Amino acid sequence: MKELIRKLVETFGVAGHEEPIADLICDEIADDVDEIRRDTLGNVIAVRGVQNDGPTIMFSAHMDEIGLVVTHIDENGFLRFSNVGGVNPHRLSDQRVVFANGRMGCIGHERLEKVTDLKMEKMFIDIGCSSADEAEEHVSIGDVASFLRPMNDLGDRLVSKAMDDRIGCAILIQALKEMKDTPNRVVAVFSVQEELGLRGARTAAYQVEPDLGVALDVTGAGDTPKARRLDVSLGDGAAIKVMDRSLMTHPAVKGLMVRLAEENDIPHQMEVLEFGGTDAGAIHLSRTGVPSGCISIPTRYLHGPSEMVDYGDVRACVDLTVAIAGAENLDLRR
Amino acid sequence: MKILARLSEADGVAGDEQQVRKLIREFAEPHSDDMRVDALGNLMVTRSGDPDLPAVMIAAHMDEVGLMISHIQKNGLLKFYKVGGIDDRVLPSSVVRIGEDKVAGVIGAKPVHAQKPSEWKKVIPYDKMFIDIGAQSEDEAQKKVKPGDYAAFATEFGEMGDGRLKGKAFDDRAGCAMLLEILSADHSVPLQAVFTVQEEIGLRGSQVAAWDLKPDLALVFEGTTCADIPESEEHGYSTTMGEGPAISIMDRTSVAHRGIVSQLVKLAEENDVPFQFRRSTAGGNDAGPIHLTREGIPTATVSTPCRYIHSPVSVLKESDFENGVRLIELFLQSIERGFRP
Repeated sequence: MKELIRKLVETFGVAGHEEPIADLICDEIADDVDEIRRDTLGNVIAVRGVQNDGPTIMFSAHMDEIGLVVTHIDENGFLRFSNVGGVNPHRLSDQRVVFANGRMGCIGHERLEKVTDLKMEKMFIDIGCSSADEAEEHVSIGDVASFLRPMNDLGDRLVSKAMDDRIGCAILIQALKEMKDTPNRVVAVFSVQEELGLRGARTAAYQVEPDLGVALDVTGAGDTPKARRLDVSLGDGAAIKVMDRSLMTHPAVKGLMVRLAEENDIPHQMEVLEFGGTDAGAIHLSRTGVPSGCISIPTRYLHGPSEMVDYGDVRACVDLTVAIAGAENLDLRR
Repeated sequence: MKILARLSEADGVAGDEQQVRKLIREFAEPHSDDMRVDALGNLMVTRSGDPDLPAVMIAAHMDEVGLMISHIQKNGLLKFYKVGGIDDRVLPSSVVRIGEDKVAGVIGAKPVHAQKPSEWKKVIPYDKMFIDIGAQSEDEAQKKVKPGDYAAFATEFGEMGDGRLKGKAFDDRAGCAMLLEILSADHSVPLQAVFTVQEEIGLRGSQVAAWDLKPDLALVFEGTTCADIPESEEHGYSTTMGEGPAISIMDRTSVAHRGIVSQLVKLAEENDVPFQFRRSTAGGNDAGPIHLTREGIPTATVSTPCRYIHSPVSVLKESDFENGVRLIELFLQSIERGFRP
């Protein structure tokens, strides 16, 4: 599965520009699903067990990653930019970025009086050009760039840009491969524009009309020195979300996840997050409401170039996803 | 520009759009196959066209930023709330008109010679200001206005310089005027022209309108920020006056549909219509709720650059407006010829 993860994290797919990662995902799942379609916003919606009479379970992992968008090209060929999703300027300084066409750039900034003066409007991308005309041969206003970082395999731990949420995509793809026969209609959504406000999941859920919604997304970890308090640790298993800013997990869904984890000896931990949101936030408010929850992957250094996950946690998340997909007699009334 | 002049001088603070709606009904009537007002007050003007072509929703918001009277003081001065995003610094000494009877008022604040030197450096917050309608007492003021009345800036429309126009509420009466221009031209594309309400207080009207109309694609017309003025650096301009209509890339509420954007760019280049990109990702508009409606709707935004928006007065260049209309007409013609997003 590490090779799959590597391919996913190293493929381009900034929010609103998900075509390259969508193409890869469609290739990866082609043999494991009955049908695949892409919708207006670009969501990949794949169905397994189209003919099944059981409830419809929508799993959602977002394909998009945070990035930068070019807003201006100056006469010397420097690119001014704005953020696409949650990007902190202090984590951008001196990073390398890459555009969809492969053009690489590095990030510089104007002279600062003090470090706290570092704002995005004082920063620029240098793509090695010395005039606007030359720069415009490679990049246009509106083009987006992502961090340029490969995955590194540290054994139990994996580090890369865009673990948020390619690791969720990897888990969903792997689960589709490992799923056995199920009475349920399993709909795997690889959503767009999560980083810009859970947008893709909203229109996808409207189309899918699920009976149960499950997001697969990263969460923070509170296990580093003097970290923000969060009782989630790398290596302690799949994190079952209790709440975040976008969702109070439906009690029956939370109960189902805990029961399946215990029955199948899947390492798991409970996650109570005081910030952030996932696709489940959009899914549970679709149409007349959808009982929803989220399987979270504990991740360090979120929204930076070096997001770290634990491979054992990833495996636990795959197992829990497979168990939910195969659950019989799903009854999600309170 | 007669239409824009009348639109600009009509008052329609968010939630109180009826004057503007009435005026637009009058202008749109001859070009409409069906016209109705929905529960929130959106005005929907339909042109049937060829049913085999995709239905295009074109939207602009009728509402503008303004004030609402919150309290009448014993001394006859009025306290107020802001409706929509207004910078407190543009308020003092503005002239406003209040309520249906358009009672004249002036926004007052502690004058500079009564302020302590330490106050000179601070912005006076709006809740320390008041509106003076010339009343001597609470009783006298109550005969003219009541809490809950809306107040709009009393700004006269006019021409100035080389093809430039000044007036109030060009955000988004400029968009409304674009819509009316497009409605008055010949197209076979089915058009759903929606003049939305309450954009300035949370993109509210467009959300229910798009749900109702289920268009195949949508275009939003805006009067957008333009900061091509001294002390702002070129990369902070957002848009530049006179360089043509601004095509949005992304803002806080949507990423413009790239199929539509590249078609607009292609058409502009092929037909020598000047255009620019909106070089800011701040702000939001009706494209946000529209593109997320139901299963999702391909949506893009074209704006007329307007200086000083969200203040008592804005300035635009007529040629930017006209080129915007031209670009949209080319776009609609390309749909007739088979373009699909």
